[in-house]
Amino acid sequence: MPKQGDWVRIHSVVLSPDQRAPQVPEDTAGVPLEMWVKGYLTEDAQVGDAVTVRTAAGRLAQGTLTEGGLNYTHSFGDNVPELRQVAAMVWDRVFGGDSHA
Amino acid sequence: MRDNSYQAVMARRPDIMKAAVGMDYSRFESGGIAFDYEGMMQAPGLSLQEIEAIQHSYAIGNTPLIELKNITALARACAAPGKGARIFVKDEASNPSGSFKARRAAVSVEMARRMGYKGVVTATSGNYGAAVASCAAKAGLRCIVVQECFDSHGVGQPEIVEKARKCEAFGAEVLQLTVGPELFYVFLRLLEETGYFNASLYTPYAILGIETLGAEIARQFRTLEGRDPDLVIATNAGGGNLTGTARGLLHENCATPVAAASVSLHGLHMASDTQFNRKSFTTGHTGFGVPFSTWPDRSDVPRSAGRPLRYLHSYHTVTQGEVFFMTETLSRLEGMERGPAGNTSLAAAFSLARQMPSDQCIVVQETEYTGAGKHHNAQLAFARSRGIDIRFGDPRDEVPGQSIVLPRAPELIQAQEADLAQMRRSLIRNARQHFPGLVRPEDIPFLMDETRADEAFVRAQCEEEP
Repeated sequence: MPKQGDWVRIHSVVLSPDQRAPQVPEDTAGVPLEMWVKGYLTEDAQVGDAVTVRTAAGRLAQGTLTEGGLNYTHSFGDNVPELRQVAAMVWDRVFGGDSHA
Repeated sequence: MRDNSYQAVMARRPDIMKAAVGMDYSRFESGGIAFDYEGMMQAPGLSLQEIEAIQHSYAIGNTPLIELKNITALARACAAPGKGARIFVKDEASNPSGSFKARRAAVSVEMARRMGYKGVVTATSGNYGAAVASCAAKAGLRCIVVQECFDSHGVGQPEIVEKARKCEAFGAEVLQLTVGPELFYVFLRLLEETGYFNASLYTPYAILGIETLGAEIARQFRTLEGRDPDLVIATNAGGGNLTGTARGLLHENCATPVAAASVSLHGLHMASDTQFNRKSFTTGHTGFGVPFSTWPDRSDVPRSAGRPLRYLHSYHTVTQGEVFFMTETLSRLEGMERGPAGNTSLAAAFSLARQMPSDQCIVVQETEYTGAGKHHNAQLAFARSRGIDIRFGDPRDEVPGQSIVLPRAPELIQAQEADLAQMRRSLIRNARQHFPGLVRPEDIPFLMDETRADEAFVRAQCEEEP
């Protein structure tokens, strides 16, 4: 169970679909504007609870306590074989011969 | 209790902005189309030397100007005899936060510090957030960055996810939103709640900060070659990069023409939830570049200091596939692994160089850092996972949102020249729509400056039905 002082992530709905700006396209107008922010939990809570956190800038922010979202999982991505072909192509044009790329 | 509904907050926008930028824009207004642009740029009272001193105190600037000899050789191998200009690049990735955006952030953050603000807020999904966070860390100010990051399924654009990580590495609070222009509403509420400074990309501070980049290019190129370059090319999105660079060149009495380059995202709607993750470039693209060039005052301040049509000589678009191709080429032929968005102007330069004589020189005015999420491999892998068709072929066949076509030969990298006259007409039309009624005599010279057009051109547009 997340404890007071834990670094957590919260979620909130900023605008429901009916509150959205008039100029947004149809697909966007059909979904809410959602927000996530991280901070220190101000009291013990469970995932799904409405909580308050103190953010990195020292602000108090309210939202629903979410699970996860604290780890950075983005990466350099799966192998894209075409990039090796690009490398071989330009190497051969400039340096000639077998690039072993 | 304050009304925080969307409409109420948007209605308070002028007052919120006035408090958050420490500057009263009304004193530059004439009551119509014209306003005192140069007066606004001089209002902060900062000379180029003072801006350089600020940037040096944040370890920003004096980045290397590097000749890309192998890419030049490749261009010449794809050009007619006697053609193939030498290509140079300003390695802005070597700034502390990894891009030229550090230059504009430093001036904004330093002015916020001097004016006594306790923190800075910025609304950006791009390198600028990292730049503001980095400078705020050094200045001892709080920093909040508001990002458009996820689609409605919670899928994050990998490049923006990486920017969030970098901002957090510098101690910033990052608010991550789903797609939509109402991000601006969240931004206004934050400014009101915190009383922090709006580190906008479009204040005079931000644009003055880029003038040092243009000035450095002129000085460094003269030191290297004993003359001025024949063309400087800048990636264009909100217009500040191009404006500041051009003004910096002029400050050094360098009359080199300045060209703009953007990635073509033709057909994609920038506020569409479903199209958000079908593009592989989050900046430097036509979705920002064209609307901001033809109406700069759509920005988050009353009058944008970034006004690219005042300065640019030509505007070129390239495809996503062409930029990814050049990004890999920069890595493999020059040993410089840099982010794809910054290489937009490199791809255009590679095309333009092949039309120019081999004794001429082009300066590509920026690079940006790369890393997990924002690496070109990461972007291509993400696009493929979203069902985008990635293949070799003719880049002219690329359909943004559906395909990314890597050129099957470097000869096929062909920047397309945009119709600048059309963009000038569009700016005048937008100005007239924004200020309905008669065009006043003082608006004519203003619009001539705004569009780099002659009087006959401006008058012809002003006589048309609005």
